[in-house]
Amino acid sequence: MSANAVSQVIEEIFRREAGRVLATLIRLLGDFDLAEEARQDAFAAAIEQWPSQGTPSNACAWLISAGRNKAIDRIRRDKLFRTKIAGELAGVEGGIEQVIEEDDAEVFGDDRLRLIFTCCHPALNEEARIALTLREVCGLSTQAVARAFLTSEETMAQRLVRAKKKIRDAGIPYETPDPSVLEERIEVVLAVVYGVFTEGYAATAGAHLIDVELCTEAIRLGRLLDALLPDHAGVLGLLALMLLHDARRASRVSDAGDVVLLGDQDRSQWDRGEISEGLTLVDRSLSIRGQVSTYAVQGAIAALHAKAGDSASTDWPQIVGLYEVLLRLQPTPVIELNHAVAVSMVDGAARALDLLDSLAARGRVTQYHLLHAARGRFLQQLGRLGEAREAYSTALRTATLEPERRFLAARIAGLQGICAPPVSG
Amino acid sequence: MNYLLLIYNNEAETMALGETALKKMMGEYTDFTKSVVQAGNFKAADRLRPVSSASTVRVRNGKTAITDGPFAETREQLGGYYLVEAKNLDEATAIAARIPGAKYGCIEVRPIWPPEAY
Repeated sequence: MSANAVSQVIEEIFRREAGRVLATLIRLLGDFDLAEEARQDAFAAAIEQWPSQGTPSNACAWLISAGRNKAIDRIRRDKLFRTKIAGELAGVEGGIEQVIEEDDAEVFGDDRLRLIFTCCHPALNEEARIALTLREVCGLSTQAVARAFLTSEETMAQRLVRAKKKIRDAGIPYETPDPSVLEERIEVVLAVVYGVFTEGYAATAGAHLIDVELCTEAIRLGRLLDALLPDHAGVLGLLALMLLHDARRASRVSDAGDVVLLGDQDRSQWDRGEISEGLTLVDRSLSIRGQVSTYAVQGAIAALHAKAGDSASTDWPQIVGLYEVLLRLQPTPVIELNHAVAVSMVDGAARALDLLDSLAARGRVTQYHLLHAARGRFLQQLGRLGEAREAYSTALRTATLEPERRFLAARIAGLQGICAPPVSG
Repeated sequence: MNYLLLIYNNEAETMALGETALKKMMGEYTDFTKSVVQAGNFKAADRLRPVSSASTVRVRNGKTAITDGPFAETREQLGGYYLVEAKNLDEATAIAARIPGAKYGCIEVRPIWPPEAY
């Protein structure tokens, strides 16, 4: 094989296996930074040796073994380091023979799962979990992770260093959690994956409504989790939910970058492949006995939207019912708000407005712009235009995303013409 | 690794517990301590006197200032500790969750920093 062809093979292997190689090296070396350096060394060695020696039959095992040997060399060279981790080094060397035997997809899979649980450990703060997962599991560059968080590369690099230091100093294990806490820990992982997705789907601030890369990464993580934890209601439900949302991605924003509401979206643009996969996954998740995943219920709602030809023919009564199920499982203000919107489609704007006012009276969401936007819409439908304008203005003051702000400003401008002047005196 | 499990409780609420409730809690602590000793995680443990007996020492510009009371006045106060050896944070937090005081207040889990790792 020519050197050029070999380097293409290595590039392909890097793209496919870099995550697995890193996960196993972290287990063997017990240190993120050491493992990252070792992986880099291993790929460098491959570029150097494979053109003359040929590509090994099991590239992954070769890279892991090369990486570990390079790490051991590195530790030995560093005398200062040597006394400090002499004990650990003995452990690493003990594991050498073992790993080459462990050339087994299951073991590599377990390492990636361990890595996910470590990066999503509840003792790390939420931002650190998402950042670490994107960096270490998805293999995004620090620069790309920084972009996702709308922060500088330097800040993100420091945040990652702090998170890895916490893992080391606090003794956060590199292990699949004990069965007694496994379900709780899976929930944390799912929240991280969904966090990555929603961060991408509706970037919390700034000009872009959708950061496609993050959505794609989140779905990829969902698929990886499904492969590692098969037939888990939560994993299936989350993957379904993400696919069903992602299917609508192209129609959520106009060419000019403006928000398009669900009812106005061009449904011919929806991704039918993602929808049919999502529908199957929702059914599979909901058919698992004894586990009702909130993600699957949300997925079922998204599925009803996906199946409908337009807003009018949507099965709104069933959507209201599903939101009520969801409210019992997870009574949050955001779900209450979505429930009210669905109710407006079944029982009308007056009933929905009552629900929102009761929600607002409990004082939990006064700063949430979508609450005010929905109020504005209901008031407008009821012909209470002055109050509608006021609600939209409040929404505009609390909204941060540019496209959403433009949308709200347009709503206000639309009301301007038909609004009666304020009564004076 | 060694971990210090710091037990924070609201002292006033503990004092206000009736005799039966207090006895029950003491019993829970005795059982818990026995189980940690048996499992081999135990290194040390003590109950602290109320924060009203605490003093705080600061040295600024060579002058020692001693003030009455704990470092910070909060709703919950440090009431005791366990020093345990655990294989990782998951084991340490699992032990912390079994401390009876975890039900009333909270437990801070701090890894011990061994001198050889400075």
